[in-house]
Amino acid sequence: MTTSSDHRDPGALTSAAIEKDLTGFLEGRTRVPVTIDLDLFASGTISSMFAMELVVYLEQAFGVEIGGRDLRMDNFRTVAAMSSLVLRLRMVAGADDSD
Amino acid sequence: MPPKDGDASQNPAIDSSATHKLAVLGAGVMGTGIAALATGYGVPVVLIDVDAVKLTRAGSQVAYHLRAAALHGALPENAARGELTISATMEAASDATAVIEAVTEQPDVKVKVLAQAQAALASGVPLISNTSSIPVGELARGIDDPPMLIGVHFMNPPYLISAVEVSRGPDTSDSTARQVLSLLAALDREPVIVGDTPGFVTSRLLHPMINDAARIVAAGIATAPDVDALLHGCLGHPTGPLRTADLIGIDNLVDSLNVLYQRTGSEACRPCDLLLDKVRAGELGRKTGKGFYAYGEATV
Repeated sequence: MTTSSDHRDPGALTSAAIEKDLTGFLEGRTRVPVTIDLDLFASGTISSMFAMELVVYLEQAFGVEIGGRDLRMDNFRTVAAMSSLVLRLRMVAGADDSD
Repeated sequence: MPPKDGDASQNPAIDSSATHKLAVLGAGVMGTGIAALATGYGVPVVLIDVDAVKLTRAGSQVAYHLRAAALHGALPENAARGELTISATMEAASDATAVIEAVTEQPDVKVKVLAQAQAALASGVPLISNTSSIPVGELARGIDDPPMLIGVHFMNPPYLISAVEVSRGPDTSDSTARQVLSLLAALDREPVIVGDTPGFVTSRLLHPMINDAARIVAAGIATAPDVDALLHGCLGHPTGPLRTADLIGIDNLVDSLNVLYQRTGSEACRPCDLLLDKVRAGELGRKTGKGFYAYGEATV
């Protein structure tokens, strides 16, 4: 399994890698199978109370900061949505670093 | 002792939503959550605790709660945040327009803190206890000005659960009730006023059920996830009783059960061995990272 430190290497991260990591994290916590398009809240796989833990996990595992309008439930509803968010935030952060 | 009613003129600011200033006593899970709710609605808060460790973490915990509230869209989007001040001394509450006590669910501890707060406050300032189980009338016997005390039981997390359980003691003044209802309106809470009795309504119903759920797990009848799955899937409980126990904090739950047991004598309220074992093991729920479930790391 890819480690968190690997995730911080810009350019090494793909949506497939994020999705694999997140799926593993969620399956480890819930003990049920998780697909990338599963609505985690509507399906009852996780409680909405768990959403903030997902925020913290994404920030720590992938070196992103989630705030402002990105801090909304729809961004954490599926593995695919979370993966898109991480990639977008890393792209923005990379653009800022290169200024 | 001041008159039972007619004291609003001594504290006119409370009726103006722009001039509320709240003191929150206790920087634990509930205190920091209530502070987040209030500051999220633009109300300045002074958060007071004598525990140095809790004070050190209080700012980051309130910030965590505010992020969680934003995530759920639970706060007004365009409201300026109220200022948060963190203090170790009760004197910091001296210009508050209301005080919310959110310390450990133990009568002697609550009475001591409420009495200290009343000594530091201007006359006519409402004292609110966030007690989940102890009758307001009982707490009021330990303070100098019983008409100023009222119970408001916020649920956890207070910014996600709009309903609050309000209990007036036998001496609570009409003015105190009015002022506190005005504050709750400014925080967009939905008060339900109930009689002053051990456990009020919510704890009287919920806590024995959680206790029984833990007994079911201890007897090997069903696992914690299965108990919760049945209560969730069959009966529509949003999380199940044992996830709720982890959210309440199992130490707080045991304290509340003891309050109920000592006042009602009901065996259903005597904390079961599994709950007591978890407290001894430090498995207190989400706040320690483990209770009936594992949470990876401590969360508030």
